[in-house]
Amino acid sequence: MIQAILVFNNHGKPRLVRFYQRFPEEIQQQIIRETFHLVLKRDDNICNFLEGGSLIGGSDYKLIYRHYATLYFVFCVDSSESELGILDLIQVFVETLDKCFENVCELDLIFHMDKVHYILQEVVMGGMVLETNMNEIVAQIEAQNRLEKSEGGLSAAPARAVSAVKNINLPEMPRNINIGDLNIKVPNLSQFV
Amino acid sequence: MSDIVEKTLTALPGLFLQNQSVSGPAAAKASFSSRLGGLVRGITALTSKHEEEKLIQQELNNLKATVSAPTTTLKMMKECMVRLIYCEMLGYDASFGYIHAIKLAQQGNLLEKRVGYLAVSLFLHESHELLLLLVNTVVKDLQSTNLVEVCMALTIVSQIFPREMIPAVLPLIEDKLQHSKEIIRRKAVLALYKFYLIAPNQVQHIHIKFRKALCDRDVGVMAASLHIYLRMIKENSSAYKDLTGSFVTILKQVVGGKLPVDFNYHSVPAPWLQIQLLRILGLLGKDDQRTSELMYDVLDESLRRAELNHNVTYAILFECVHTVYSVYPKSELLEKAAKCIGRFVLSPKINLKYLGLKALTYVIQQDPTLALQHQMTIIECLDHPDPIIKREVLGEYSYLLDKETPEEVITKLYKLLRSDSISSETKAWIIAAVTKLTPQAHSSNIVERLIQEFTTSLDTCLRQHAFELKHLHENVKFMKGLLPVDKSCEDMVVDASLSFLDGFVAEELSQGAAPYKPHHQRQEEKLSQGKVLSFEPYGLSFSSSGFSGRQSPAGISLGSDISGNSTETGLKETNSLKLEGIKKLWGKEGYLPKKESKTGDETEALPVPQENIIMENVDQIITKNDQSQALTQSKEEKEKQLLASSLFVGLGSESTISLLGKADTLSHKFRRKSKVKETKSGQTTTAENVTRSSFSSSSNVTYEEDYYLDNFQDRGDKEIKKFSLNSELLDSESLTELPLIEKISNCRLSTPSLFAVNNMEVFHPPQSTAASVANEISLASSLLEETTEHMHSDLMEVCHNETISVSSYKIWKDECLLMVWSVFNKSASELKSANLEIAPAENFKITEQPGCCLPVIEAESTRNFQYSVQMEKPFTEGNLSGFINYQVMDTHSVQLEFSVNLSLLDFIRPLKISTEDFGKLWLSFANDVKQNVKMSESQAALPSTLKALQQELRLHVVDIIGNEGLLACQLLPSIPCLLHFRVHGDMLALWFRSSCSTLPDYLLYQCQKSMDRSSGACPYPLLSSWPDQSIQSRVFSFCIPLLKMQETRIASDYILLEKHIYS
Repeated sequence: MIQAILVFNNHGKPRLVRFYQRFPEEIQQQIIRETFHLVLKRDDNICNFLEGGSLIGGSDYKLIYRHYATLYFVFCVDSSESELGILDLIQVFVETLDKCFENVCELDLIFHMDKVHYILQEVVMGGMVLETNMNEIVAQIEAQNRLEKSEGGLSAAPARAVSAVKNINLPEMPRNINIGDLNIKVPNLSQFV
Repeated sequence: MSDIVEKTLTALPGLFLQNQSVSGPAAAKASFSSRLGGLVRGITALTSKHEEEKLIQQELNNLKATVSAPTTTLKMMKECMVRLIYCEMLGYDASFGYIHAIKLAQQGNLLEKRVGYLAVSLFLHESHELLLLLVNTVVKDLQSTNLVEVCMALTIVSQIFPREMIPAVLPLIEDKLQHSKEIIRRKAVLALYKFYLIAPNQVQHIHIKFRKALCDRDVGVMAASLHIYLRMIKENSSAYKDLTGSFVTILKQVVGGKLPVDFNYHSVPAPWLQIQLLRILGLLGKDDQRTSELMYDVLDESLRRAELNHNVTYAILFECVHTVYSVYPKSELLEKAAKCIGRFVLSPKINLKYLGLKALTYVIQQDPTLALQHQMTIIECLDHPDPIIKREVLGEYSYLLDKETPEEVITKLYKLLRSDSISSETKAWIIAAVTKLTPQAHSSNIVERLIQEFTTSLDTCLRQHAFELKHLHENVKFMKGLLPVDKSCEDMVVDASLSFLDGFVAEELSQGAAPYKPHHQRQEEKLSQGKVLSFEPYGLSFSSSGFSGRQSPAGISLGSDISGNSTETGLKETNSLKLEGIKKLWGKEGYLPKKESKTGDETEALPVPQENIIMENVDQIITKNDQSQALTQSKEEKEKQLLASSLFVGLGSESTISLLGKADTLSHKFRRKSKVKETKSGQTTTAENVTRSSFSSSSNVTYEEDYYLDNFQDRGDKEIKKFSLNSELLDSESLTELPLIEKISNCRLSTPSLFAVNNMEVFHPPQSTAASVANEISLASSLLEETTEHMHSDLMEVCHNETISVSSYKIWKDECLLMVWSVFNKSASELKSANLEIAPAENFKITEQPGCCLPVIEAESTRNFQYSVQMEKPFTEGNLSGFINYQVMDTHSVQLEFSVNLSLLDFIRPLKISTEDFGKLWLSFANDVKQNVKMSESQAALPSTLKALQQELRLHVVDIIGNEGLLACQLLPSIPCLLHFRVHGDMLALWFRSSCSTLPDYLLYQCQKSMDRSSGACPYPLLSSWPDQSIQSRVFSFCIPLLKMQETRIASDYILLEKHIYS
């Protein structure tokens, strides 16, 4: 089972944090820091596995990581996962990101954080590997994207109209218009909504 | 990998600054439509953590106001939620937003709901009370007709769901197992698995449904169910023995390629599924002969089918080996599995080596002879820079111990300690291992000897360990209590707070001792004192006096700092049980072991006589077998080998014989290594060695000769015909032109993503095809013969005066670069004591060829001086300077200086290998560089590209497959570099791989240069006309990383700047 998936950049700034096991907020931050320091001091030419730090797991747990340009992708897994298998899973995840964002870079992860999470949800669900077939993952994401478009299109139109009217800001609109003796009553628009 | 470098975060601040400076802040704002963009931009522009805190607090306050405002729409809320997620990720508390996340999941439309669910799953945990508010929403969504809503609900259920509410959704999720969409079924299976994990008794009744999932028509659903089975079988394997047949059948189908192609990953059928199945089989077959027999066939097939073409195949293979060793043993399979482990252990890829060692640790218990086979590798691994690898190795000794008495192991470790081929850091590890073993040993002669020797070691770390051992050794009873005999490797809990010292500290304090202050505090105080009033004659003297205890060379300094030291020993004593603890503890406070101290030299001078004898024996036999091998084996390696043999002697009865046999089979590997080492360390090498380091096979020689002869005939027309195409290339051209057109259209359709071919850790054990065919070419041939035989450059005058003229030319011999300086005596009288000397250069190794010093140069005649030049480490260009002096008429001596320029290309030779070998080599190399190069119209075809590469870079065309080409070359003496290129459109994708980390970069540069030359469109026109080549190379050394990042604009700016400075 996968305990946590951490993505941070070369400076240790978290870019994607997903824990599948409960840790208090401050411990999560410590784990990120600790993991970053563990991974940072490792050369690129030594192995991609290391044992979990004191905070996460202990000797039964492994950190399996890959370094892509400015980003570290770290998966913390227990002994029921195959090291090399996870290593390739990271590759699948990154390749999928690459497909979805067309030449993915760190900026994509920052500005589309929610989307990255959705992609991850299709790969790993609740700490279990759900799908390893890249085409399948991309298909799922595309299905969701289509939804986004249609939501933004016709089907969402009524809802948008309602919220637009709701949001019309009319406090300055004069309630009464006085022209000489004539007194015109302006109806309260919000009643119609 | 380098492809995403171009858009790095490091470029990010620059990007924003650029935006701001160019079009003002308004434009910058407009470019980030979302507020998240604004936030990120703000954070990135900050310099300190404090500023970041302030900004985020401000942001959070804004968000708080926004989310609680009644006017906020769900759409705005959705955006706020993303920003909240971002703030939470950075570690800031956004708990005020949790309830709004739930609301969003409840009330929003699909997209808003999705964000709401995501936020909930990131913010909350299983026992958070707010989660109860979500249950109804989840129930509603599970009943929805919209697939996406159902998926979202299943995802959230598998991520966080309150245990006590499981009954509310369980029937709904069970229903989903019959859903028509496989993605829903799959997610439902995993959600049920999650329930099984958090509340196993709640899902007891649906085991039969899991079985249904296992037989699902969709492979994905079946694969998901394996998660559950792996878990359940791990807990109770006997209950699921009846499923063995099914698992075997599934695995057979997968291995046999019966699955749809969709499930292939790098043409390996469903690797993750295979791994999972192998694990399950391993658990089922454990200690059960009958069940194991069912799976022998499929295991055998798995081992056989695993073609080593991708990293993931190794993952399968590793699992397979593990399973073979887990189930009831079958000798045939064990044998095959053992071979596979060899592939792992001998692999140059460090990940696989690690796994190989991991496999060895469990295999060694069943089959110690296997460890014997890999003894050399294990010893080599001891020197590996990766501490994790070392740990694995030393961990193995504890298993070896079962076969030997502790005394034997200690003796071996002691021998290992005295060798100077291992680093002091490793030695520290070994002493720790000895310390562990000592209490179990009955006699302690060697331990005492070791203590004696290493308490005077120059290395503080070693000395420390030795003292530690000494003190423990003096109190054997205590030691036995401290280091229990049960050999368990359980991690001990270290009392980091040092509470056991509390009593001692209290006592000291009551007696008036100063309270402990942390190191930095002490230092600060001392510094501030110093500023106020300095009574010391020298301002800094106090700071050193405070730490003199640490630095004093005498070992007794241990007691200098009472409180600090006692805590340290306390920690260390407990810690010494835990191997990795040692380094951690001593790293911080300055006891960090120093790199490769010289202490070993003394011990090395007095080798143990016994070893000497063995060494001689080894020598003799190896000499008989293969003289050349023995010669190239460095002394260090022999020693390592001896160590290995002596260390593993207890394992096999036929120890000496197997050692010698081993030496033979492993020799090619060492040979290759030693050569690299020699070239690196710059030891003087004999001429024999230079000759031997050639890679060229005899067939290669003939081919090259043809090539050169061609050239020779065409010498008159140098510019064009010097690099005339040989027949082979022409053939390949005509052959490939046709399929090329077809393939290009194919290629457009299936252009793989940047990652698809990138960074795949595939490799093959070092067959070192090239190295093993090294043959000897005599250098004794005369110069004239060589000149005609080999390709050479034009004669170029390097210096002259009225009496002599010195010209030089390069002969690109197969195994080295031969520089020839020919000295022409223009005068009518003879010159005496002519002497030509070449200054030693940093990057080159220069060897004088025989017959170089000429006492006399007759009038009007030419004499040649030749030097063979080898490159020590790769570089683009370098200078070789020297002088010639001679005496005229016995009177005065004249000296003339000259220099010649050497380029990397002078040391590049074609590497003639087969496509198969290319594949093997390709996979074994770790350093790669990729680059896309735009080509001009005229070049945009495979043949012309090939021509350019072959001619200019002296690459050997290995194969042409469609629009892809494979080329190989080697940097003398023996660093191979491979090039894979692909033409698509007017882009040329170059991909270099080599065992040397810098070579691909340099070659890429040369390659680009040659491409530019041949296209006539140099992107750096200024450079090509630059007169000073050393400046050129400087510029390029700066530009290479930029070029890699495709920052061509900056690169060209830089070049302009350089030009400006130097002109």
